[in-house]
Amino acid sequence: MTAATLSRRRLQLSDLARLSSVGLRTRKLRAGLSALGIAIGVAAIVAVLGLSASAQAGLLNEINQLGTNLLTVSNGQSFTGGTAELPTTAPAMIGRISGVQQVETTGAVSGANAYRNPYIPSGNTNALTVQAASLDLLPVVATSVAEGRYLNAATAQEPVAVLGAAAAQRLGIDRIYPGERIWVGGQWFYVAGILRPAVLVPAIDSSVLVGYPAAEKYLGFDGHPSTVYLRAQNDRVNAVDDLLAATANPQNPSGVNVSQPSSALVAEAEAKGALNSLFLGLGAVALLVGAVGVANIMIISVLERRSEIGLRRALGATKSHIRTQFLSEAVLLGLLGGAVGVALGVVSTAVYAYTKGWATVIPTEAWAGGFAASLVIGAVAGLMPALRAARMSPTQALWSI
Amino acid sequence: MTYTLLPAPDNNEGGVGAPVLEVDEVTKSYPGEPPVQALRGVNLTIGQGELVGIVGPSGSGKTTLLQLMGTLDRPTSGRVRITGLDVATMADDDVAYLRATRIGFIFQQFFLAEHATVLDNVADGLLYAGIPLKQRRQRALDALDLVGLAQRPHACPTQLSGGQRQRVAIARALVGRPAIVLADEPTGNLDQATGQSILALIDQLHRAGSTIVVITHDHVIAERMSRKVEILDGLILSDTGPAAGADGRLRPFAPFAQHPVSGRRPGLPVREDSS
Repeated sequence: MTAATLSRRRLQLSDLARLSSVGLRTRKLRAGLSALGIAIGVAAIVAVLGLSASAQAGLLNEINQLGTNLLTVSNGQSFTGGTAELPTTAPAMIGRISGVQQVETTGAVSGANAYRNPYIPSGNTNALTVQAASLDLLPVVATSVAEGRYLNAATAQEPVAVLGAAAAQRLGIDRIYPGERIWVGGQWFYVAGILRPAVLVPAIDSSVLVGYPAAEKYLGFDGHPSTVYLRAQNDRVNAVDDLLAATANPQNPSGVNVSQPSSALVAEAEAKGALNSLFLGLGAVALLVGAVGVANIMIISVLERRSEIGLRRALGATKSHIRTQFLSEAVLLGLLGGAVGVALGVVSTAVYAYTKGWATVIPTEAWAGGFAASLVIGAVAGLMPALRAARMSPTQALWSI
Repeated sequence: MTYTLLPAPDNNEGGVGAPVLEVDEVTKSYPGEPPVQALRGVNLTIGQGELVGIVGPSGSGKTTLLQLMGTLDRPTSGRVRITGLDVATMADDDVAYLRATRIGFIFQQFFLAEHATVLDNVADGLLYAGIPLKQRRQRALDALDLVGLAQRPHACPTQLSGGQRQRVAIARALVGRPAIVLADEPTGNLDQATGQSILALIDQLHRAGSTIVVITHDHVIAERMSRKVEILDGLILSDTGPAAGADGRLRPFAPFAQHPVSGRRPGLPVREDSS
């Protein structure tokens, strides 16, 4: 044996792998149970992160289907603090911007409230607004009729109303029958239809929609649109957005509010992830308990394997060989738990996402973090037992059984 | 980390009779009130190719002597040299490597790993000497052949009898071709006949050139070694000395004349209780 062999006293990786898996292979049930704590913790964390990412992806997908090319232009404030009304020419002007596909409007009818019947105290407005609406509004705001019919050229002239989803609920109307009517602005209006919820434009939900001519005729409406809804070509959304204020009200562009409803929803969807801290905390507690379990099992294992430790020292193992063996066994145990946990987390996320119809999204930081956490936990939990094993005197380990 | 370069261990280094193990004025005391004096100044030199029986009752210090000879512990005072290397001057890691390459241990309780095959148990004897697995297994097969177990390398120790298990342990001690083999009550856990066969194996290995020290409480066993060292209260009581013949070479060891059934050697009293 020469110097070349002497320099190779460190254990080879394959030998270390064999050594560190001895305890796991020979005591499978014990290893499994002690890895279970870590597995549960990692699974909880991966599932929480995965579920919120999947839910977010689902929501974003839904928003995409509703269309991110919807832009709204609404009344802003004038210099004096009052409402700056949009000019009546605004919709037509906007329609001429290149890239605008469709323009629809609503106009808030000030001073008019909607009630179930004339006997309701006037204060009980149910926070409903009465709006004049253009005839092709529905596809632009991405909703449709749930019951009955929307306004048409004829009914827009008459005292006929269509209820937003929330408005119908608040008025206690869930189906349409002939002759059904509500009390709007001191006058009976016949109910023609009920809309589905408009996710992109919740303002529509709490509105009672009437035709422009009817609003002018029966409710004293001035004909000024208060909100313009428009769809732009997807590749022109930003360009259109830049031109809208000046086009809608050339005299007072700062008195116009321009917004993209989908961007607000996207921001909301992204903020929802913050609610998961409680579950992440629970996962962390499970991980901590798992770490204690691994440390416990490793200490017992060191005590039980005194004679093995002594024998290995007699066969020429150094203290660091023994330390490495037990430390890597603990790390392996942690990684085993981590792998099972990541798998469980991914499967449960996939199952839940499938039932909800979402795409399964597992953020990289969730599974990579799960593995990293289990590795660190194994190392930390195994450190003390490994040091104890290395400190054990070979004579005591071999002769005091 | 720097390691002391150790000269290559070789069973024929320095020729037959050259000192392999030197114990020089060694004392060992364990802390306590009052401190326990396990060894009180032991001198012992064991030469290449010797078969030494160290015998003494419980508490005589024979196990402590084995631990010091095996470098598993360090003496309170005095020197222990293995193949000329002074253990006291070496770092712990170098001493561990010394054990890995020059010293083989045989224990009363065998200490085999139950989950591993016979072959891997033996191959583990080379694990810390820095030898690759394939080579370890090849040499383990050779060692198993030496102890007469080459036909069952893939059995588990649990499938073997006590005697076979001790043979596996002996193979593990021999696989690194150590300069010296230290056996602690090698027949202590075996019945009479099996113990005899293990002793016969030790004799055979000795005649093949191995240097072997057997620690025992049993005078009958020690009597059969070519050199008998008696120890009592931490001191060497008697030492028959190296069994050299007229030509200066070691006397050939007389083979055991075993009774075919009982395994007894005629003319010697046999203790029924061999534990």
